[in-house]
Amino acid sequence: MTEPTSGAPSAAGSGHDRLRATIGHLVDTYRARPGPLLPILHGVQHSEGHIPDAAIGLIAEALTLTRAEVHGVVSFYPDFHTTPGGQHRLQICRAEACQAQDGRALEQAARDLLQVDWHQTTADGRFTLEPVYCLGNCATGPSVRLDDTVHGRVSAASLQALIERAQHEPVNIQGLLAVSREVDHG
Amino acid sequence: MAEVHTVYVPRDTTACSLGAEAIAQQLGRHLAMHSPDCRLVRNGSRGAFWLEPLLEVETEQGRLAYGPVTPEQLPDLLAAGLLAGTTEHPLYLGPVDDIPWLRRQQRLTFARAGVTDPLSIEDYRTHGGFVGLKKALSMTPQALVDEVKASGLRGRGGAAFPAGIKWQTVLDAPADNPGNPQSGRKFIVCNADEGDSGTFADRLVMEADPYMLIEGMIIAGLAVGADYGFIYLRSEYPLAHQVLQEAITRAEQAGWLGADMQGSGRDFQLEVRLGAGAYICGEETSLLDSLEGKRGMVRAKPPLPALKGAFGQPTVVNNVLTLAAVPWIIDQGGQAYANHGQGRSLGTMPFQLAGNIERGGLVELAFGPTLRELVEDFGGGTRSGRPMQAIQVGGPLGAYLPAAQWDTSLDYEAFAEAGAVLGHGGVVVFDDTVDMAQQARFAMEFCMVESCGKCTPCRIGSVRGVEVIDRIIADDNRAAQLDLLAELCDTMEFGSLCAMGGMTPNPVRSAVEHFPDAFGVTPESSAGAA
Repeated sequence: MTEPTSGAPSAAGSGHDRLRATIGHLVDTYRARPGPLLPILHGVQHSEGHIPDAAIGLIAEALTLTRAEVHGVVSFYPDFHTTPGGQHRLQICRAEACQAQDGRALEQAARDLLQVDWHQTTADGRFTLEPVYCLGNCATGPSVRLDDTVHGRVSAASLQALIERAQHEPVNIQGLLAVSREVDHG
Repeated sequence: MAEVHTVYVPRDTTACSLGAEAIAQQLGRHLAMHSPDCRLVRNGSRGAFWLEPLLEVETEQGRLAYGPVTPEQLPDLLAAGLLAGTTEHPLYLGPVDDIPWLRRQQRLTFARAGVTDPLSIEDYRTHGGFVGLKKALSMTPQALVDEVKASGLRGRGGAAFPAGIKWQTVLDAPADNPGNPQSGRKFIVCNADEGDSGTFADRLVMEADPYMLIEGMIIAGLAVGADYGFIYLRSEYPLAHQVLQEAITRAEQAGWLGADMQGSGRDFQLEVRLGAGAYICGEETSLLDSLEGKRGMVRAKPPLPALKGAFGQPTVVNNVLTLAAVPWIIDQGGQAYANHGQGRSLGTMPFQLAGNIERGGLVELAFGPTLRELVEDFGGGTRSGRPMQAIQVGGPLGAYLPAAQWDTSLDYEAFAEAGAVLGHGGVVVFDDTVDMAQQARFAMEFCMVESCGKCTPCRIGSVRGVEVIDRIIADDNRAAQLDLLAELCDTMEFGSLCAMGGMTPNPVRSAVEHFPDAFGVTPESSAGAA
C-alpha cells in the first residue's frame, strides 16, 4: 500500500513533510477522543503501509508521550509493522476450527506456494504471508484472508488460483478508502 | 408462477467467503437487463452457514430458499426460474422457515438475522427493533437494572457473570474523580474482540443485525448513567467494521443515537475502536488498556472495571451477545427471558458449530440440550464423514471432550462439573484423524504467541509447555515429562493473572487425560498421566 516514490534525491525530505502532514491530520481528527493512540497508528499504517520510524517521534510529540511509550505500543500489536510489507497481505488461519479441516496442510501449501515462511515477503514484493488466529469463518474453514477479503473452504488448489489472480490485480485500496471515510466523518 | 419482486443475497463474511459477492454482482446485472422491477436485497445471514450462499426469493407462499448456490450455478438456477420461485431445481430447499435446522431453534437474539437488510432502520423497526429502547427511555435506571437482573442474563463472553449485578455496581458507583479529565463520566464498553476459534456469533450480530447491538448499548447507558460507548472490535472483522460504521451513522441521522435521542433529552455517543491483532485484548482489563492507547496488558483486579474501568471511570464491559440480548429483555420482560433455560443458566445461548462439521453455523437454543444432540441432530456429524473423536467447547482455552462426555447438558454448571467450560459457545468438532498431542502442543503454542507477558506462569510456562510436549512426543524420558507437564499445568492454573495462562491447561490436560494413546501412554505406562 506504499505510494510509489519518485526516487528523486529530495524524496526523503518531501516524504517526511508528507508524513508530518498525515500525522497532523490524524492527530487533529482523534485528539479530542479519549485514548487516541491506536486509531492514529491505524491511520498511519493505512496511509503508509507501515509505521515508519519517523512517525514514532512525531506521534509522541503530538500526544505528549515518550518515544518509548509509542514504540512499546507499536511493537505489542501484531497488526502494526515497522517495515513495509508486500503489496498484498495473505493471512492463513492457524486456529483450531481450521486445523479440524486440515488447515495444517493449507499452512504448508501457502509457504510452499509463496516460498516464504511466516512474516516474510516474497522476493517480488507481491505478498507478505502471516498467520492469523481466527477469522470468525469457522463453520466453513479452512479460511484465509487476502487483504480485506475472507475466503472459505480453501484448498491448496484454490489458494494457488487466488494467489495467481491477485498477482495480476492492482493493489487493494479498500482499507485506504475505509480510513478516509472515517476521517471525513470524524 | 408470477415473477418475484425481491431476491435476497446474504452479505455476511461467510456467505461472501463462499462467493455471495460474485453472485450478487451477476444477479444485479441480470436483473438490470431482464427484470428491472425485481429488487435485490443484501440481507444478513441466517447463520445456516452450511447452506451459504443461501438465496431467497419473496413469493406469495413466503420466502423460498435455494442453496448452497455457487456463482457458477447461478445461470442454471436463473434459467430454471429462480425469479418465478421455481420448486423444480435441485438447489431448491423449500420455504426458508420450514428448514428444520432453522425451525427447531429458539431464536430470541438472532430472530432478525438474515431476515432483514442489516442497515435498513425501517426493516429493523418493522421487526420489533427499538421497541425496547422506547420503553427504556421512560423507565428509571433502577427499573432497567432490575429487569436485567430478573432475566438471569449472564455474561456471554465466557465468564458468565450475572449482567444485572455488574450493571448495579456501575449504577451505584460514584463517577466523581477529581483530577481525571473524564471525571463525572461512566462508559459502556462492548467487547467485540471475538478471538476464540470456533466462534462467530458476535460477528453475526454485527454484520446481520447491528442496530440490535447499538440499541442494547444505549439501554445499558440509560441503566447505569453512561453517555458514551465504545465497541472494541477486532481488526480481523473488516466487514463487521464497515457495517457498524454505517449503522452508527444512520442511527445518528435518524435520531436514535447521539444527542437528544428521540426528543428524550438523553444523549448517547458511540464509537467503534479497532483492535490490532492481539487475542489477549479480549480479556476485559487488557481491552481497557488497549482502549486507552496502551499495550494490551492484563490489569490486576481489584479494582473492578465496574468501579475503575475505562480511563479510570466506572465502566460496564459486556460481550456483544450480552448487550444484544438486552433489547429483547426490556421489550418482553426479564421473566419472559428467564422462562427459557434451566437452573442458573437462563435464557438462550447461540451455540456455534464449527470445525469438521457437516451442518455448521449458528444454533440458538435455550440452555439444556446435550452436546451430543447439538453436534448430531443439528451438526449432522463430521463433514469428512469419519467418526467424531474430540469436541473442543469454549474456544482455545476450553477442554477437549471425548465421546464419554458428549451427553453433558449444555449449561454453565453441568459443564463446570465435567471440568469443561461453555465459554462463548464455540463448538469445534474433530474427526478421528486428529493428533491430540499436536492439539495439546498447539494450546501451549497459542498461549506463547498471545500471552501479554505480564505474569511469568503464562509467559514462560507456555514456552516450557511446548518444549515438554515436544519431548513427550519424541519419547524423550516420557513418564517424567508427563509428570512435569502436570506440574506445569498446575503452576499456570494457579499462578497466572488471567484466564489466558490460567485456562490454557484445560485443553492440554483434557487431551492427555482422555486421549493418552496420542501421547504414547499405554495402560502399562500410565503412571505419569496427568
